[in-house]
Order: sequence, then C-alpha cells, then structure tokens
Amino acid sequence: MGQYKMHLLVCGGTGCRASESARLVDVLGEELVKQGLEKDAQVVTTGCFGFCEKGPIVKIIPDNTFYVHVMPEDAAEIVAEHVLKGRRVARLLYQDPNSGETIEDSKHMGFYQKQLRIALRNCGFIDPECIDEYIARDGYAALGKVLTEYTPEQAIDILKKSGLRGRGGAGFPTGIKWEIAAKNAADQKYVICNADEGDPGAFMDRSISEGDPHSVLEAMAINGYCIGANKGFIYIRAEYPLAIQRLEIAIRQAREYGLLGTGILGSDFDFDVELRYGAGAFVCGEETALIHSMEGERGEPTVKPPFPAESGYLGKPSNVNNVETFANVPVIYLKGPEWFASIGNERSKGTKVFALAGKINNVGLIEVPMGITLREVIYEIGGGIKDGKKFKAVQTGGPSGGCLTEKHLDTPIDFDNLLASGSMMGSGGMIVMDEDDCMPAVAKYYLEFTVEESCGKCAPCRVGNKRLHETLEKICEGKGTEADLDYLRNLSSVIKDTSLCGLGQTSPNPVLSTLDNFWDEYVAHVTTRTCPSGRCKALLHYSIDTEKCTGCTACVRVCSTAAITGEKRQPHVIHQDKCIHCGACFDKCKFAAINVQ
Amino acid sequence: MNKIKSLDDLRRMKQAVESGIDIREKGDVPEEKIVQIRVAMATCGIAAGARDTMNALIEKVNKDNIHAVITQGGCMGYCYAEPTVEVRVPGKEPVVFGDVDTKKAAEIIDKYVKDGELVEGIIPMNFQSINQ
Repeated sequence: MGQYKMHLLVCGGTGCRASESARLVDVLGEELVKQGLEKDAQVVTTGCFGFCEKGPIVKIIPDNTFYVHVMPEDAAEIVAEHVLKGRRVARLLYQDPNSGETIEDSKHMGFYQKQLRIALRNCGFIDPECIDEYIARDGYAALGKVLTEYTPEQAIDILKKSGLRGRGGAGFPTGIKWEIAAKNAADQKYVICNADEGDPGAFMDRSISEGDPHSVLEAMAINGYCIGANKGFIYIRAEYPLAIQRLEIAIRQAREYGLLGTGILGSDFDFDVELRYGAGAFVCGEETALIHSMEGERGEPTVKPPFPAESGYLGKPSNVNNVETFANVPVIYLKGPEWFASIGNERSKGTKVFALAGKINNVGLIEVPMGITLREVIYEIGGGIKDGKKFKAVQTGGPSGGCLTEKHLDTPIDFDNLLASGSMMGSGGMIVMDEDDCMPAVAKYYLEFTVEESCGKCAPCRVGNKRLHETLEKICEGKGTEADLDYLRNLSSVIKDTSLCGLGQTSPNPVLSTLDNFWDEYVAHVTTRTCPSGRCKALLHYSIDTEKCTGCTACVRVCSTAAITGEKRQPHVIHQDKCIHCGACFDKCKFAAINVQ
Repeated sequence: MNKIKSLDDLRRMKQAVESGIDIREKGDVPEEKIVQIRVAMATCGIAAGARDTMNALIEKVNKDNIHAVITQGGCMGYCYAEPTVEVRVPGKEPVVFGDVDTKKAAEIIDKYVKDGELVEGIIPMNFQSINQ
C-alpha cells in the first residue's frame, strides 16, 4: 500500500450501489488518472456509512468532507476542485434539514455525533474486500489473543463478564449460550451464524456482512475454539447477493492467509466456514427452523428443548448467534470485558444498531449506546420528522414488536424497557410514523406480513393471524363493530399463548400495542366510522359545498364511477352509493368546494 | 501469498499494512488531539511548489512518527509568500508560515511541531475565521 495524501471513500453498500456508486468508483479513478493525481489520491470502496437517505456517499479523508447524493457526473469536479485545489464542492455538501445550514464534515453532523460504533466500527472505514485493511485495524488479533492466552473456559468467562446479549431479538446472554454449547460433549459441534435477517426495514446484518465480513468470520472462529467446534456455517438469505459475494471473498482470503483452516496461527485449532443459503422465509430466522432449513428439511420450528446447544445441526450441539452479535465479539477480547460493560446501562451492555426508516429525515443505519432515549434517536440523530409533521409513533422490533408513542420518547432504550413498554428490541428496525399514519392500518400491514410468513405448522398462528387480519380489514373498511375490538384482544392473547415459536408468540404484538396506545382511533373506526388520520379511504366521506360549487363540471369529468351529477353552472351532488372515495374530484376542484370528512 | 503462521506473523503483517489506512485513522481523531497542518493549494500555491512542500511534509511526518494530519486548503490570500502552510498544534493558536519550501517544511516539523520553537517566516494572522 502506497502513501496517498488523500483517500476518497465511496460507499459500496447495497443502497448506494443501487444509485450507481460502483460506476462512481470507476469514474473517480479515471478522473484521477486523467488529471494526473492517481499517486496522490486513492479511491476506496467501503461498506455502508449508514446515511442511506442521502446516498451515494463519498467521504474524503483526512479532512472528513462528507459529500451526499454524488453522481458519476460529479466526479470530474470533485477531482479538479477538492483533490487538486483543496476546495470543497459546496453543492454536494450535506445540508441540515432543520437549520438549512451546510455542514462540511462528518464530525459536525448530528447524525454521527451521538453514535458509538462498535459493531459497525469498520463499516465505511475499510475496504471489505481487502483482508489487509481488516488486519491493519487489529483484525484477527482477538482470535490470536484467545488462541494463545486463554483456555476456552477463560474465553467464555470474559464474554460472560462483558454482559453481551444476543442482538437478534430475544437478548439472551451470549456468554451463557456459549457455555451451554461448550459443556455438551460430542464428537462434532457446529457454529452457526444467523444472517437470515427478515424484519421488514432492518438491514444491519446485511450491512455488517457487506462492510466488515471478516469480523464475523473472526468471531465465529473464536466461538469455535470456545465450544470445541471446528466447522462454522453462515445461513444467509439468497436475496443478499452482495453480502454473499463479500463473505465469499472474505472466506477465500482468510483461507489463503491461513486464518481459517488447520492449525490456525500455530495452534492446534482448526476451523473453517461455509455459506448456506436460505430462500428468504421469515420463520427461518428462528434457530430451530433455520437448522431444519440447513438440513434440507422444511423451514419449520420445533419444540425447545432440545435446544440447539444440545441437539442442533445434524443432531450435534450447535451454537447459533446472529451477525451483529458476532461483530461485537472480537472488540470485547481486544478492549476487555470491563470496557464493554462500561457502555450501556444496568442490564443491557454495549451498543445496538438500529435501522431508521419511515417518516424521518435521516433514514439510515445507526449504532448507539444502550440506554439512549428515543427522543435522541429520532430528533438528534434522525433529524426529526419529515416535512415538519408531528410525531405519532415508532414501531420497533418489526412484525414482532409494538408501537411506542410520545409518552415513551424519554424512556431509555434497552432490552427490558422495550419489553415493559409493550414492544421489543427485535433485530433493531425502527419505523417512524407521523400524524398521517392510521394505526389500525399499520397493525393490518404487519399482520399481512405475518400471515404471509407463517409456516403453517401451528393452527393458532396459521388460522388466528389470518382472522386477526380479516378483522382489521373489516375495521379499516368501516364495517367493524365494538365487539370486534374485544375479539381482536382475546384472539391475540390466545395466539400468543398457544403458538410454538417466536413468530406466533409475537405476531399479535402490533395489534395489542396499537389497541393499548391508540384505543380512541380504533373506537372512531367502529363507532363514528371515521379515520382520524384520513388514511382509510373507505371511511372518507366526500361531499360538495353548494355555496362554493360553481358548476364547472370539472369533477364530473374525472369521476370514474359517474357518482357526481348536476346541471352546468349549478351546484353538483356526489351520490354516496356510487362514490369509491378515490379523491380524484377533490384533487381536480379549483374552488375548494369538495369537503372530505 | 504467505500464510500467517503465528501471532507474531500477524503482528508483523499488521505493521506492514497499517500505514495504508493510517490517514483514515487520523481523520477520525478529534481535532483537539492532533496536529493539523494545512497547505494552501490554490493555483498560485501549486505554481509556487506547494505540491512538493506537501509531499515533503507527509514524508517527514511519517518518518518521524508524528501524530499529525496534513490536508490541503484553498487560497489563504498570502500570494506573496506562497507556498503557505498553516499549523495548528493542539492548545495553541494557529500559526501560518510563508515561503515554505521542502527544507523549511522539515524545519517547521523539527522545531515548531516538536519543540514549540518558532521558525522564521511567520505571517501575522490578519483575519478571524467564523469557525473559531
């Protein structure tokens, strides 16, 4: 590696690549050659910066200039102005959505100031396809330390002391999980990395696999040493092609360096990793279903016990952790369990990665210390609600989680507090909703997902979720009754109590939490048959203000069901029996004569 | 490609490759903890040899293992004294040096950055920046 004066880091995550960041890398390289600067500056493809809202992102090092929405056409100007003359290209800089101020570098962006990146430490910093850059960042040093300095028992002890809990959803203490797998004697054991990220809107595992694949491999090898396994599998969904490609490159490079294989770093420890592809079923994120899918069986969960730690893949003791959990492991050994335990709060240690989505200004991937409040996440890092609208709720934990409202904004975010508030950590999806979102409709959306993804094994989940969905549909169409609300609640608790796996046990959560927090909205739907946020089309009532109507007939011409009649230059009438609530007349009327209720 | 056969091998490997991303590590250090050197690289600066000055600074800083980040800046307005270099040592006011050729560059590092001793060629700051 030569000495470059400047590095141009270009995001190569799936989001930015979808907006041509791969071509941007090529064009930047060509421009550097064209302007004779190829020895001064180096173009590096990195993992995700997290600021997906404004991609493609280019970060210039060492001055930390942060360019957003960079297109291949901008390459020539960046090279001519910034690389050659040191002048920032002002039009490409990020503007704070609230103050309108132009922000020159990443150190002054609210988005990054509150973040603490442990699992994402290398994402957007190193080239994920270059093992040397990972090694330069102390890569594989934790594996080396564990192999030479600790017995497996000592290494597990360190992890227990750190307080790391599983980042896949349930928050089970990782060290204890490893200990159980280690204690079950067998001739063969397995390490499994769960990269079957299925929550809609969550993409932290994909981003880590794409941006820092070696950290996952290193942690899996440490896990193998601790529990006595020499074989690891990464179960990843086939719809993550870039993550698969980067993991494959990483595995190949690690084998070439001897960091995977036999006698790793001169020890007598052997370990190797292979990929297994999933077809993208949500239920396969559940560990027993995942293992069955790996075995070539149907992806259906089975009763625990036996836990995978006793009888997992091919009946052998197996330890399953998700990508983000693994990504935390190497740093814990390098910096010590005390360091890790000092971050976060009482019962949740370290950081958590969240995928911010929905009606928020800075959609993207963030990593924050446990115990931060929702308010800080939404308003300081997320930049507040889009278009200055009012915050209504945030859905955490995906289809298994619940909605949190204004009153939860100052609750510290951790595993236990989220559960107590009727939601859950889940894998870390955070979907923000504003005043225009209708909560029964939101619950319906999540149920649609669960109905689709239920494996069908247990009746409560297979049939019950379908009935929940139908009832919600009825309510949103204005055909619900107050009895339906009780029905929703009762059925929900039955599904929760009688389902076998996590999918069914949590799928009614969106219904229950919206019933709890937005009861009035449900009542409005079933009594006055109105939708307070104006989302449920069937509940809208269009009428013509006879005072304002000039009889121009513009509405008559756009009405696709001929529901509007009237004489020219006379006030018109909407016939409710024919009206399909499409809103075309409302959009067309120049005299604001159409009322919507 | 050579295999990494021991922890010592891994450490040697790290030493060999870490300079490649050193510039990124330094970019991440908070401003108040690192020496910042900015070379004015507008047209006149480049014409006067700022590129050589910058390369000399980078070489010197790497050789002497100094915790410093070197960036290029735009025109500072001291066209009579190009190449100009601004040095910010943590806890001190920024100092601008004029007529910095490769020899002077090394002298600035040796005397000012290492020992805090001023060298000739300081341009009095005649403006305030809104960033300060």
